[in-house]
Amino acid sequence: MSIEVKQITKIFGTFKALDDVSLKVETGELIALLGPSGSGKTTLLRIIAGLETADAGEILFHGEDAKEKQTKDRSVGFVFQHYALFRHMTVFENIAFGLRVKPKSFRPSEQQIKEKVHELLKLVQLEWVASRYPSQLSGGQRQRIALARALAIEPKVLLLDEPFGSLDANVRKELRQWLRRFHDNLHITSLFVTHDQEEALEVADKIVVMNAGKIEQIGTPEEVYHKPVSAFVLNFLGNVNLFHARVEEGKLSVGTAPGVQEPAAKIKSAKMYVRPHQLSVTREPLSVNSVKVVLVFINPAGSSVKIEACAQDGNNFQVEITQDEYKALNLAKNDEVYLTPKKITYSEYEI
Amino acid sequence: MSIRTEQPWVRRALIAAALVCLALFILLPLFVVFFNALNKGVEVYFRSLNDPDTFSAIRLTVITALVAVPLNLIFGVAASWAIAKFDFWGKNFLTTLIDLPLSVSPVISGLIFVLLFGAQGAFGPWLMEHGIKIIFAPPAIILATIFITFPMVARELIPVMKAQGSEEEEAAMTLGASGFQTFWRVTLPNIKWGLLYGVILCNARAMGEFGAVSVVSGHIRGQTNTLPLHIEILYNEYNFTAAFAAASLLAMLALVTLVLKSMIEFKYRAELSARDGSVGAFAGVAAGKMENHS
Repeated sequence: MSIEVKQITKIFGTFKALDDVSLKVETGELIALLGPSGSGKTTLLRIIAGLETADAGEILFHGEDAKEKQTKDRSVGFVFQHYALFRHMTVFENIAFGLRVKPKSFRPSEQQIKEKVHELLKLVQLEWVASRYPSQLSGGQRQRIALARALAIEPKVLLLDEPFGSLDANVRKELRQWLRRFHDNLHITSLFVTHDQEEALEVADKIVVMNAGKIEQIGTPEEVYHKPVSAFVLNFLGNVNLFHARVEEGKLSVGTAPGVQEPAAKIKSAKMYVRPHQLSVTREPLSVNSVKVVLVFINPAGSSVKIEACAQDGNNFQVEITQDEYKALNLAKNDEVYLTPKKITYSEYEI
Repeated sequence: MSIRTEQPWVRRALIAAALVCLALFILLPLFVVFFNALNKGVEVYFRSLNDPDTFSAIRLTVITALVAVPLNLIFGVAASWAIAKFDFWGKNFLTTLIDLPLSVSPVISGLIFVLLFGAQGAFGPWLMEHGIKIIFAPPAIILATIFITFPMVARELIPVMKAQGSEEEEAAMTLGASGFQTFWRVTLPNIKWGLLYGVILCNARAMGEFGAVSVVSGHIRGQTNTLPLHIEILYNEYNFTAAFAAASLLAMLALVTLVLKSMIEFKYRAELSARDGSVGAFAGVAAGKMENHS
């Protein structure tokens, strides 16, 4: 089922949680709502589920207005950050809940419920915990049970609110790969909220980047990472370095090198953003855009070498180079080197 | 292990002081009640209880509790549900209002009803015209008791419900449960021990209330006397054995209440540990299995 959010606004007191937000989710997509806390992503999810009501705008489920539909009639599976499992019920009863509360004429028989619950437990690979209480499970297990419970009613949409937010780093990584595979098998329209860019980039088909109640950008992980439409998106999706470029005597200069280039347009100054891995490190200046820096810190642990460097004007840079490059250059702390942007991810001009 | 910083003699002195106070102010009076009641033998005790006025007082007390407790149970659940799970205008005011009967003298609580329904009261003339008797009759006693025991259930439930939040209810709704199903299957099981506890306290207070009931009752023997009022009358008539015999009934109610309360706490703790106690033991196994499965 597709979901269409049209110009939704939601205000809590004096705080505008959502400001004229529109979004379309196609059937079968796995979408991440990504943003810092307070950006309105959870509010949007709750409005789609009917747990909050919007002050303005409408929600369309498969083209139909959902405004008159209560939460219980929306057929959405909702997975909460803190699981919200029924603590007084066993895992079995938790998963069976959605089937047991169905109106009598739709309610499956006890045997059917049993089969369905075991099928779901098998799906989340936790068949052996059926008779336990939620408090006897680990965080990752609870989250998978919460997912199984949400799936029991065969929802048309799956909404996940920071599903991995309260889990350990290891379990988190494992569970998000699992979610990706899981979605590939079931193809249920899914939206999940996260503030972890890595999670969003790894799992989602499409990422909706939110900030201060507004959508900044909607795109594939590749698009939002490599072609951000704003400095916010750029900053939020990974580290970035800022180059201040000035126009002096009609020439554009970056960093410390004298300007030789003619600026592309009539501008006074420019801010250029470059990702850490898109800087080359050399002993000699490569071009007029090279900036002379001193290496402040080198961390060779990991798949790439992370370097912190400081320019003469006090500007700090974060650089990532490969282990091979690091060895070839034979870098040490306090070395003087040149940084040259290979690719500028995003620029802002002041005219 | 607890950390002890006080000297041993300080500890012993404090424990002794607490025990002396307990003996002096609680155990001794309780003993006096039963001692005086049974002073002239068991036969006299039962004979003094076997009296139509005493029976009628017991009956009125029981009826009052049977009306007041269920009503306050419903009210208490509704109020604490509203206060704990929703945000609305005037919520703080409602919370304060619920506590009002506890902060007001019971005599005032009784007077309110006299002023409302008495012969000179606001509704008095109208009631008299229609031949409805409230003041100096059982209805006033029941009303005053409801007013006095108003906060008992709600005060027990509000903290419990607040601590539990509303996520489980929201989860139930997304799973298709109606409002009633959500309450019956999710909210109620989570609050049942707190609820039972509140009901027991409410009942004890309803049966034992003196001040407010005394103002509205009229003290008509065999008609508008509750057990506490009846005890006072007997005592004022120097009928000590009968007074203490009746008092022993109320004292026994208190003891039963205490036992029930401890049993509930014990059961609640047992249920919690059945659910949570084995976490430690399972955690290792669970972690191992999880790795195997995923």
